Amino acid sequence: MTTSTSDILTVKYESFDATLGTLWGAGPEIGHLAAIIGLVAAIVLSVLGHVGAATRRRSWVENSGSFAVLQLVTLVVAFALLVHAFLKDDYSVVYVATNSNTLLPWYYKVSAVWGAHEGSFLLWTLIMAGWTFAVAIIGRRLPYQIYGRVLGTLGLLNTGFLLFLLQTSNPFLRLVPNVPTVGADLNPLLQDFGLIVHPPLLYTGYVGFSVAFAFGVAGLISGRLDATWARWTRPWTNVAWAFLTVGITLGSWWAYYELGWGGWWFWDPVENASFMPWLAGTALIHSLAVTEKRSAFRGWTVLLTILTFSLCLLGAFIVRSGVLTSVHAFAVDPERGVFLLVLLGVTVGGSLALYAIRVPAIRGRIAYMGLSRELFLLINNALFVVAVAVVLVGTLYPLAYEAVTGGDKISVGPPYFNRLFVPLMGLLAVFLALVPVARWKRTPIQLFRQVGLLLLASTLVGGVFFVIAITSDRVLNTGSIVGVVIAVTLAIWLLLSHGVDFIQRKGARPLGYLGMLLAHVGFAVGAVGVAVTSVFSHETEVRMSPGDTVELNARQYHFASVTTVNGPNYIAQRAKFDVGGISLYPEKRNYLARNSVMTEAGIEAGFFQDLYVALGEPLPDGSWGVRIQEKVLVRWVWCGGLLICFGGLLAVMDSRYRRLALRRDGLATAGKVA
Amino acid sequence: MRPIRRQRLAVVLFLLFGSALTIGVVLFALQENIDLFYEPQKIVGGEAPIAKRIRAGGMVEKGSLDFKPEGLGVSFVLSDLRGSRFEVRYEGLLPGLFREGQGVLVVGQLDASRVFYAKEVLAKHDENYMPPELVDMGAES
Repeated sequence: MTTSTSDILTVKYESFDATLGTLWGAGPEIGHLAAIIGLVAAIVLSVLGHVGAATRRRSWVENSGSFAVLQLVTLVVAFALLVHAFLKDDYSVVYVATNSNTLLPWYYKVSAVWGAHEGSFLLWTLIMAGWTFAVAIIGRRLPYQIYGRVLGTLGLLNTGFLLFLLQTSNPFLRLVPNVPTVGADLNPLLQDFGLIVHPPLLYTGYVGFSVAFAFGVAGLISGRLDATWARWTRPWTNVAWAFLTVGITLGSWWAYYELGWGGWWFWDPVENASFMPWLAGTALIHSLAVTEKRSAFRGWTVLLTILTFSLCLLGAFIVRSGVLTSVHAFAVDPERGVFLLVLLGVTVGGSLALYAIRVPAIRGRIAYMGLSRELFLLINNALFVVAVAVVLVGTLYPLAYEAVTGGDKISVGPPYFNRLFVPLMGLLAVFLALVPVARWKRTPIQLFRQVGLLLLASTLVGGVFFVIAITSDRVLNTGSIVGVVIAVTLAIWLLLSHGVDFIQRKGARPLGYLGMLLAHVGFAVGAVGVAVTSVFSHETEVRMSPGDTVELNARQYHFASVTTVNGPNYIAQRAKFDVGGISLYPEKRNYLARNSVMTEAGIEAGFFQDLYVALGEPLPDGSWGVRIQEKVLVRWVWCGGLLICFGGLLAVMDSRYRRLALRRDGLATAGKVA
Repeated sequence: MRPIRRQRLAVVLFLLFGSALTIGVVLFALQENIDLFYEPQKIVGGEAPIAKRIRAGGMVEKGSLDFKPEGLGVSFVLSDLRGSRFEVRYEGLLPGLFREGQGVLVVGQLDASRVFYAKEVLAKHDENYMPPELVDMGAES
């Protein structure tokens, strides 16, 4: 028997591999530990920031930044280890076992990390740490007491979030000794490009409003809510708002092609949960404009920072406690609900109490009269706050009803939301069209003459559109045509008034101004999309066998064939529909691990319309239920959302915020309150 | 100080008027657009109103799913697994996750013979998720 060198080497390598394997195998424990260190970092950050600012210990505040870095690093490590556990199919981890499967393509294994409650909340805390890090770096030149209080507040919030994660939703929990050999798979609805990008973007928006909130709290404690404060807060708020905008837009697009109904907004509680902070955030960025330019609306602006972030937390509560019926609520767990409710209560209660104590000393005293831009922005804010109230009542009413009646269950239907929301947005569009005319303090009345002429012009266009619509052979109800005509008229008016202002504007056109134009144009584009697609789209549901042809709005849809296709983790029935020269391939997929059936719509996307075919269930005689739709201008809805998002980002790049960042620490610190 | 006071008064009046109007309109719209939920027992027992838009729910009884030979008509039986059961008729595509033996929600109207004519059928979107309306039912069965 000979022991060669290579054998020894092999043995050595194997033992090395085993050591490494043990280390890798302990990934979830290390991840758990990293999250705990992250929690400690968040606690230290809150103490250094707040106590340092309050007791004027400059060095404490200056050193707090390194704990923001530590917090980010530890949470990146924790998150990366969870991703690793998914890629490696480590089914001893409960969360991996319940949300992944060996057959899942690698990119869905990664996105499955945030496919359910625990992992998505880890992502939430990671993004929170990311924002905190960004503030710690970019905000270095803020007066140290503001800097400390902003970072301290962000630290406090992430302390709460990390406690929640570790206490109720630990994604690193092991399932031993009975380790399952196959994972239960990711919910097939979520095996899609939309889910890879939608939650991270949405959370970046949600969590980003915590920065505006932290600036609000810091401003309240420091007694400083002036124009400079607004200038610090504005870019952060805009970025968060832009992310939330694109997150919601993507969510709507995902629902459109993935749920197989062709609907793009359902007024589902979870959608509303993200929409309410968006509405409040929209009010906030406009109110911040007034505070920055005119130093007015101070108390109101800071109240909006509180309201917006509270609605983000309320959203998290609605989604994660399962109290409301929804398409995509997470599984029900009372403990989580209670924890989040406490977190919400402490945040809202604490910040409102602070507001009540501090605001009388801070309020601005600037009068604005008549038809000023201030008044217009006040109306904007009133409309958005009413919109928030409408959505909030509609979302929470079923809960209140059940509590009051002792268990009677109801649901509030989409007609409630549409009936109230649509007129509000119409009213908003009117004031939006007047925006370029309005001046600070007071607008000379003759300025309104031109915008009045533009209204006349757009009404003429709207009238022509009405005549064409009503005389075309489509059978439509006149009432809804009138609605579309009003929407189109207002949109054209808005575009004209903004376009004319752009051309006539004297002097520079800063990026802040261009961003405003772009976002408002996005609103017009989106509004036209919403109105037209809701009224002028065509839809039919029919029973078809291969070989059949159905006509919809003068287009022939020929059902050519059905074939069986094998995907990585599903078996699909793929149909072929010929429409004109185009072929659509809707699928019915059976995902094997969960034995659940999913519909993949066949969509021919276009600037003017989408052709949309979705398969229903196969019927006993070999025929299929088929849903065929022609969605007119549906892409405009999402184009509008993207334009709004770009507008928000463009405004952040305005040079005046960069000048601010480069300025030396020359600004005197207010710090009247210790 | 006078103009400021007048302005404050205007703001307060505006707020009062605005919120009263909002509350009124919201309550009115709510009244028009809420759907009550009924369990199978209440559908069978006669508590659920006839010819009024309501929601109902239950488990789809095994073997009860029946497609009409023509068109998209379909009927099935919903039960609470405790003896109360009622027939649902529906015209259209069933959701992808609709299956016998699972919980579904239906929205529609009852006729005089207590047959439920559904305008919408909603199925669970994943097996861990249960519409809260059906949770009580699932827990007790």
